[in-house]
Amino acid sequence: MEFRYLPMTNEDKNDMLQSIGVQTTDELFSDIPKKVRFNGELNLKKPANEYQLKKELTEMANRNANLKQNSSFLGAGVYDHFIPSVVDHVISRSEFYTAYTPYQPEISQGELQAIFEFQTMISELTGMPVANSSMYDGGTALAEAVNLSAAQTKRKKILVSKTVHPESRAVIESYGKGPNLEIVEIDHKNGVTDLEQLANEMDENTASVVIQYPNFFGQIESLEKVKEIIDTQKKTMLIVSSNPLALGYLTPPGEFGADIVVGDTQVFGIPAQFGGPHCGYFATTTKLMRKVPGRLVGQTTDENGVRGFVLTLQAREQHIRRDKATSNICSNQALNALASSVAMSSIGKHGLKKMAELNMQKARYAKRKFEEAGFTVLSEGPIFNEFIVKLSMPVKEVNDSLLDKGIIGGYDLGLVYPELENHMLVAVTEIRTKEEIDTFVKELGDIHG
Amino acid sequence: MANKDFPLIFERSKEGRTSYSLPELDVPEVNLDEEFEDSYIRKTAPDLPEVSELEVMRHYTGLSNRNFGVDSGFYPLGSCTMKYNPKINEDVARLDGFSHIHPYQDPSTVQGALEMMYDLQTSLSEITGMHQVSLQPAAGAHGEWTGLMMIRAFHEANGDLNRTKVIVPDSAHGTNPASATVAGFEAVTVKSNEKGLVDLDDLKQVVGDDTAALMLTNPNTLGLFETEILEMAEIVHQAGGKLYYDGANLNAIMGYARPGDMGFDVVHLNLHKTFTGPHGGGGPGSGPVGVSKELEPFLPKPILAKKEDQYVFEYDRPQSIGRVKPYYGNFGINLRAYTYIRTMGAEGLKRVSEYAVLNANYMMRKLEQEFDLPYPQHCKHEFVLSGRRQKKLGVRTLDIAKRLLDYGYHPPTIYFPLNVEEALMVEPTETESKETLDGFIDTMLSISEEAKSEPELVQEAPHNTIVKRMDETTAARKPVLRYYK
Repeated sequence: MEFRYLPMTNEDKNDMLQSIGVQTTDELFSDIPKKVRFNGELNLKKPANEYQLKKELTEMANRNANLKQNSSFLGAGVYDHFIPSVVDHVISRSEFYTAYTPYQPEISQGELQAIFEFQTMISELTGMPVANSSMYDGGTALAEAVNLSAAQTKRKKILVSKTVHPESRAVIESYGKGPNLEIVEIDHKNGVTDLEQLANEMDENTASVVIQYPNFFGQIESLEKVKEIIDTQKKTMLIVSSNPLALGYLTPPGEFGADIVVGDTQVFGIPAQFGGPHCGYFATTTKLMRKVPGRLVGQTTDENGVRGFVLTLQAREQHIRRDKATSNICSNQALNALASSVAMSSIGKHGLKKMAELNMQKARYAKRKFEEAGFTVLSEGPIFNEFIVKLSMPVKEVNDSLLDKGIIGGYDLGLVYPELENHMLVAVTEIRTKEEIDTFVKELGDIHG
Repeated sequence: MANKDFPLIFERSKEGRTSYSLPELDVPEVNLDEEFEDSYIRKTAPDLPEVSELEVMRHYTGLSNRNFGVDSGFYPLGSCTMKYNPKINEDVARLDGFSHIHPYQDPSTVQGALEMMYDLQTSLSEITGMHQVSLQPAAGAHGEWTGLMMIRAFHEANGDLNRTKVIVPDSAHGTNPASATVAGFEAVTVKSNEKGLVDLDDLKQVVGDDTAALMLTNPNTLGLFETEILEMAEIVHQAGGKLYYDGANLNAIMGYARPGDMGFDVVHLNLHKTFTGPHGGGGPGSGPVGVSKELEPFLPKPILAKKEDQYVFEYDRPQSIGRVKPYYGNFGINLRAYTYIRTMGAEGLKRVSEYAVLNANYMMRKLEQEFDLPYPQHCKHEFVLSGRRQKKLGVRTLDIAKRLLDYGYHPPTIYFPLNVEEALMVEPTETESKETLDGFIDTMLSISEEAKSEPELVQEAPHNTIVKRMDETTAARKPVLRYYK
């Protein structure tokens, strides 16, 4: 069998063995004790040639209903947005995707500068002065923010709104077990955080309050009022998880006094790809700059005074500080941060607002259509690009039927909110057309009877 | 290339230019601002660049020309496994049926994706000798933390609440002690002996009824196989602790030995190392975890299972540590690893390890002529030299690394592991040809000559790069982390 990634010839092998002074490669493995040597052959599928494997994997891919062949109204944290062609052309450049972390700045200025630009864009969007080079995803970024707030305030109680993405809340729960945090969930009321309950739960042990903006139901939380409640306690931090596209229209959390703003840049240039890899962002205040998890790129100059970029403030990180590091994160999502940077550069200052507004306009049209068709739409307050439709039958049944019509229906809220059984969370992005929306409402109406 | 500033994308921006092409507004327009309280409507637009499409491409192409990847040249960066990133992997990951599927689609509509995941987790179980694998963790460090949280949950389930310590060797990756802390443990160090292996006597001293786990890389970060692994496993297990395998160095032993057979209870893998996921300039990676049968109930949920020819997610896992990541892991990276495993098969993967080890030993024997080799035994996939001989001449390992840049190489890992003075850690990988290795060896030998005859040439390197050594001190003292107009 020939392997195209392995350039070793028999001649090479013999020359090398001779140089080393051994007869066989097996001698090089003689340090592995006999008792742990694996002597059989691994039970794996036979090697496949390139043509055959591509064919097989294409067939496998074709067995999935995809968002390009169907019109999708599924969001709930992962969105089907327009991706400019330039994005994939840039991230397909192997100088970017086959590079390691830019630890050697002289030959990594491209990556370092791209990250510096990413940090600037995130800072602009969130209204926070400091942003890092990326996190695994929005959910883990939020969990890291929570742990940071506990370490910073030396408090254990965290108030998390139930309007925060359920899977992010689950990750907060898991991460919180390390430092033994007490996670208290705040109910939702009329689609937003119950502020009365929040105020009641606030006390001197509260490290932070976690709010999503826009929230999981698509509604806009009142950060102003939340901040007022937080300010009744000294030191308690406001952590906001935010869809960065919405910040093209909405006042950024930084302007409401947020201490940490996190989220996912999947909306900019990153396909859904079954939930990952996406790209978390992490933005904060100057005060917390030296507590930030993950890599930071800073501007400096070389010996000749030429501007350049380096990884900086590394004394926070695991490879220097080991068990005293602010986080254990090492690999991040650099290539996806690059994809988002390219998408944001392409969409640009004016495009961003336009794109955000297109989402809002189309979602409002869809919402009105549902109402006109006689459905109850729960979302009363202002929304971004999602809203809740009440059905009289299970969402799964509806979605199964919709798929036959080439439509991927919305998210089944009953899966995580028992009180919202038979409620569908509908997402409408800029790429859905009026015709698709009309068809969706009509088909859903027909199924619903 | 001229030594001058390369403009930021913001500096290329000009009011009125655009590179976007958005869908049109085809629904009746409503007044959005009416719905919102004024304080929620953004007043100052985020200052994103305004550039044409060509300018976007010129900018990022220019940046890519100022970057170095595996496709650019040899990248013998120890412990990072900078092997070739196959192109079919990239093509497959971009198929619509994989890249444009939503994690909340009904499982019945994504059976192809689930089959791939199931097949991959089964393959990884086989390669590592572990009972079951979860693909959920996003990267190596994330896998470490996930593994430690499972060990914690295991001890807690046994009412064993005083196991607060995680033992890590002094040669361990920084992520090991950091992950231990994040998981709520105290990291304690076990020393290496004169052979570069874990000191068994010290281990016996350190281990006790407060030991939750020992974290180990095998081969270790010196590229040496821990020959007394079974004895170590026994010491730790007898004390009631668990054995954690950091899979960063799995590339050395595929088909030769399996962590599961060495007594490891939990394993994480770095699919972006051994299994050709591209490093992407720092990520995304993927860090699946594998466990023994005893620890299986604690795996993150959901678990992907096969029931009557249907792949399903199982959420009813009362002892699970919960979710470690939204959705199901870095699917796109897992898909690349799967494509690689299918390309290589058992025979190919074994050869990967065979040649990775052969290449490393060949280079090590050639380079020990001029560089100190603290541990003379056969290495596995990587080896660690010491630049202390050159240091006496006033040339430090950092200088050697910078001089390599002039010759078009990415330098080895330097100053790691911490227990070797002036360390240079070389990992050639199996995808490099003998000619490439010889070229690098010759260069290293001539740099050693330069250190003797013209030390300033090395001390002042690099000479040919687009920027010289950077002022990192000022960068850290007065951090400039974003652009301001």
